[in-house]
Amino acid sequence: MEENAYKEQSMHEALPKKTLWEAVRDFFKKDLVQYIVKRILMFIPTLLLISVLVFFVIQLPPGDYVSAHIAALATEGEYVDADYAAQLRADYGLDLPLHEQYFKWIKDIIWTPTDSTYYRLYGSHHNWKYSFAYGRDVWDVVDDRLGLTILVTAIIMIFQYAVSLPIAVYASTHQYSVGDYISSVIGFLGAAIPNFILAIVLMYLSYKWTGNANVGLFSQEMLQNGVHLYNFGEFLKRMIIPILVIGTSGTCGIIRSVRAQMLDEVGRQYTLTARAKGVPERTIVMKYCFRAAINPTVSGLGGVLSSLFSGSTVTAMVLNMQIQGPVLLKALQAQDMYLAGAIVMVQAVLVVIGVLFSDIALAFLDPRIRYSGGGR
Amino acid sequence: MWKKKPKTNDDYYLASQWTLMGRKLKKHKLARLSMLILLILYLGALLADFLAPYSLEEFDALYKDSSPTSIHFMHEGEFVGPFVYKQEKSINKKDFSITITEDTSEYYKIRFFVHGSEYKILGLIPCDIHLFGVGEGSNGGTGAKIMLFGTDTLGRDIFSRVLLGSRISLTIPFASAIISFFLGVSIGSISGYFGGAIDIAIQRVIEVIGAVPQIPLWMALSAAIPPGISTVKMYLYITIILSFINWTGMARVVRGKFLSLKNEDYVMAARLSGVSTWKIIWKHLVPGFMSYLIVSITLGIPGSIVGETSMSYLGLGIKSPATSWGVLLQEASSVTDVASHPHKLIPILFVTITVLAFNFLGDGIRDAADPYK
Repeated sequence: MEENAYKEQSMHEALPKKTLWEAVRDFFKKDLVQYIVKRILMFIPTLLLISVLVFFVIQLPPGDYVSAHIAALATEGEYVDADYAAQLRADYGLDLPLHEQYFKWIKDIIWTPTDSTYYRLYGSHHNWKYSFAYGRDVWDVVDDRLGLTILVTAIIMIFQYAVSLPIAVYASTHQYSVGDYISSVIGFLGAAIPNFILAIVLMYLSYKWTGNANVGLFSQEMLQNGVHLYNFGEFLKRMIIPILVIGTSGTCGIIRSVRAQMLDEVGRQYTLTARAKGVPERTIVMKYCFRAAINPTVSGLGGVLSSLFSGSTVTAMVLNMQIQGPVLLKALQAQDMYLAGAIVMVQAVLVVIGVLFSDIALAFLDPRIRYSGGGR
Repeated sequence: MWKKKPKTNDDYYLASQWTLMGRKLKKHKLARLSMLILLILYLGALLADFLAPYSLEEFDALYKDSSPTSIHFMHEGEFVGPFVYKQEKSINKKDFSITITEDTSEYYKIRFFVHGSEYKILGLIPCDIHLFGVGEGSNGGTGAKIMLFGTDTLGRDIFSRVLLGSRISLTIPFASAIISFFLGVSIGSISGYFGGAIDIAIQRVIEVIGAVPQIPLWMALSAAIPPGISTVKMYLYITIILSFINWTGMARVVRGKFLSLKNEDYVMAARLSGVSTWKIIWKHLVPGFMSYLIVSITLGIPGSIVGETSMSYLGLGIKSPATSWGVLLQEASSVTDVASHPHKLIPILFVTITVLAFNFLGDGIRDAADPYK
């Protein structure tokens, strides 16, 4: 079978004229491509399950959404007439059985027809429902901070890998040295101290030393003039505390796992062979051991992303960062469940996309994965 | 004649898995130390009513936001044993700044086994004796307090509240670990034992729950807690919410082990003898990898502690009047709190120490359970 594929391929190389159909077919015959397609297809059921979970969360609070909404309006002294309430109940499909409510919710998110009230009001085909805590469309609220949330998370993640990989390599090549101990102590402490307290303490220290608590991601000036290249430095300066707070615990995890992997690889026979043959130590570490040790780290990317969202949610509240964490808290306090659900869903989907990328990257790095079909 | 029986290799080979683990764990210094610390913490939680000089809600307006009471030994150049001075507050009429001083005219000896607020031993026997407290002053004055860790904004003793709060903070992760254990083993074993479509479905569910960031999901789930419920119910809800995520890791371990064990001869023998599936799982398979499960439980506890603390801190978990360490930390929610009353950060020491201890203990057990080390 494989031989045939090989022959076919070599024949095609000899004859450059391939029909489009054949080219496509050959492309999908490559095991890397097959693997990627399989992973992308697996993404769909995962997505559906996430939506079920989120729908479950939305349904959790006692009482339904419209009652909560009307109660919220009533506390503000607004009068709600029965017609409006009935209209809302129909819009949200609250009188339908639970599974039909779910399908209606999903259908509205995927495609809201042009002739619906929603489309006329908001001009969007994706109806994520209305957030009464913000008085706006749910997707509007989510979208507001989505970009910044992704940017902040990406910066922290890059920082994590940039810091933890060199430290891990150093710690594993200098096992039981002072540096090794220091890095593990800092890592352990970072994981043990809850993020929010670390954030407050760092804010205090920053206030004490620089006279500026560095609260929030933007200075007053940035909020007025927007973020440009000249004040991007200020933005990065304000990222220092979030990076330290949110990044530390994950950094510790990466260091520990890469260090353990490296120690395993350094003890292997092939390392000894390479050393016996006179390969420079640097090359052994970087080209052989590190490449083998990096695989579990790449596959752990989804977990790192998930813990970053987790950590940033609480930290953002303390540091008053303009990302999704505080919005989620406000939504939950107001029992504005469609908004809360949307945020949880977006974060989960981002994590799943991260997992997808990491699986594909792993397939590039480690050919064994492609053949085993990526069963995890 | 009294010569100790020489240790032979037989001793080693005859020892059960648990004896071997215990031996290795004893050699692990950090794990032993952690176990000791955890023992002290849990004893503290058990005897909290007795050890804490004040009750959860006892407050003193005089002692609002005061830093830890200093304990003296010498009064006017004379040794009188450990004692405290009463706190004095004076307000500057010009700028309304408050100066706190000690009233050194009179000393209050620290006494042991004093009568204080009433409580019930193990919830049954009424009692009012506390380990220590402050009695009458040397000149018969009253009103001095001993606040080892200082007080909060309402003038409640943080030391007492840390001890009493540890009852919730230390037991919730434990209770949720037990729930996750049963959920994880049951679901994981079903997945591993039956395989096929059930396995695929369960694996998907685990993957999805694992993909949702923990704290946001916990927060969202906590919206289900109805307002104004009793402490016990609140406790129950939080425990269930925490276990909602934690079982997935356990289920994964169990499933993996099942896949490798279910085709062993002894399982086949049990099945042929007509033992029920459920009994095979719990009696024959689970004990075979119990040590892995214990590692998994121990290493899962720190996450729950931090989770509970964070949630309570945000006001989504345990709520006042119930008290956990997270509730205590709400006092330290801004830079000014930390700047002017650094003693309010003391509860964090307890959180950190507990988390570290569970981490080290888990590492120790993992090393001990590894037969190749």
